[in-house]
Amino acid sequence: MSASRSGAREPHRAPATVNADASGTLRVRIWRGAAAGRFESYDVPRHSSQTVLDVVTHVQRHVDPSLAYRYACRVGMCGSCAMTVNGKARWTCRTHVDAVAANDVLEIAPLSHLPIVRDLVVDMTPFFDKWAAAKGRFSPTATRTDEFARVPPNSRKRRAIDETIECIGCGVCYASCDVVGWKPDYLGPAALNRAWTLVNDVRDGAGISRVRAVATDAGCHACHTHESCTERCPKHLTPTGSIAGLKRLVALATLKGTL
Amino acid sequence: MTESPSEVIAARVQGAGDVRARPARAAAWRFLLQRATAAVLALCVVVHLATIIYAVRQGLSAEAIVARVQSNSAWPAFYAVFVAAAAIHAPLGLRAIADEWLGLRGRRTDVVLAVFALGLLAGGLYAVESLAR
Repeated sequence: MSASRSGAREPHRAPATVNADASGTLRVRIWRGAAAGRFESYDVPRHSSQTVLDVVTHVQRHVDPSLAYRYACRVGMCGSCAMTVNGKARWTCRTHVDAVAANDVLEIAPLSHLPIVRDLVVDMTPFFDKWAAAKGRFSPTATRTDEFARVPPNSRKRRAIDETIECIGCGVCYASCDVVGWKPDYLGPAALNRAWTLVNDVRDGAGISRVRAVATDAGCHACHTHESCTERCPKHLTPTGSIAGLKRLVALATLKGTL
Repeated sequence: MTESPSEVIAARVQGAGDVRARPARAAAWRFLLQRATAAVLALCVVVHLATIIYAVRQGLSAEAIVARVQSNSAWPAFYAVFVAAAAIHAPLGLRAIADEWLGLRGRRTDVVLAVFALGLLAGGLYAVESLAR
């Protein structure tokens, strides 16, 4: 199955499973088990344009079918395939092995700061619970009988949303954040980025209650501006900028006495 | 006692809706105070260091320094501001360190830090007052 899929994507190459000599072998260490697991080594045939997700899929389909991992779209839209690759959180479907495998060695682990279910699968519940805690849900102010909202594309608030809206919820920023590691109740970059998106949405009605939700010790004030989230975000968003926006908003509301 | 998935989700949504103003206001004021005092300290530390370097290069004795400080009431006022800013800034910074590195938080930690803040303030102002006298 893998051979035919690989053949379809790379029609000029021989089937993937038997063509190890053409481009060598990749030494892959993959985390197995839960929190008390260990790395196990696998040899995977090397191919051009091979992604880290291709490597994991090869192991699961041809070496050990019990390997647990998560993916869906394979094209960088769904945000479900994030893993720790050679020490850094990345979206594996859009990460080429060429770009990350130093000396043809790959180490693939589950995302940091989240409970490991098994192998490369983490429990994303805390991550999305924090979206809820940051009031990351749109609070509509209009009904279906109202006119469509008209939001000028060049307005300041709409342009602020342009910088934040493409988040796919992959958890790379959350796994890369030092503060999440030190302070497990910190809401984290993704939830705060979501809150900032909605704060700027003129159709949203959550108002000051969302600002309060992110203004606690575990909210925007806990950010140390290390910018790991911004550096690692595969969608090139700037959660650090969103958090800075929330800090400004909270500071103004505090001084005005409206918080 | 196992909750159904819908009960778990309902509890989470309810929890997310419970947003109290007081913790947010307190956290926001702590944040503002720490930033504001940081700005004051940045200025004070520069003036303090420049003064020390000047005094050392001029070869001033301790008596000469004290005499100059006493000659102008702006100096005690400057150091009183310095002490007040440090007494606010340092405990707030330690509060974050205690939380993130030692896992210490809550009322008891805040009381210890408040005592520390008062100690800094009292000790610092006593020193300034002694100098001005």
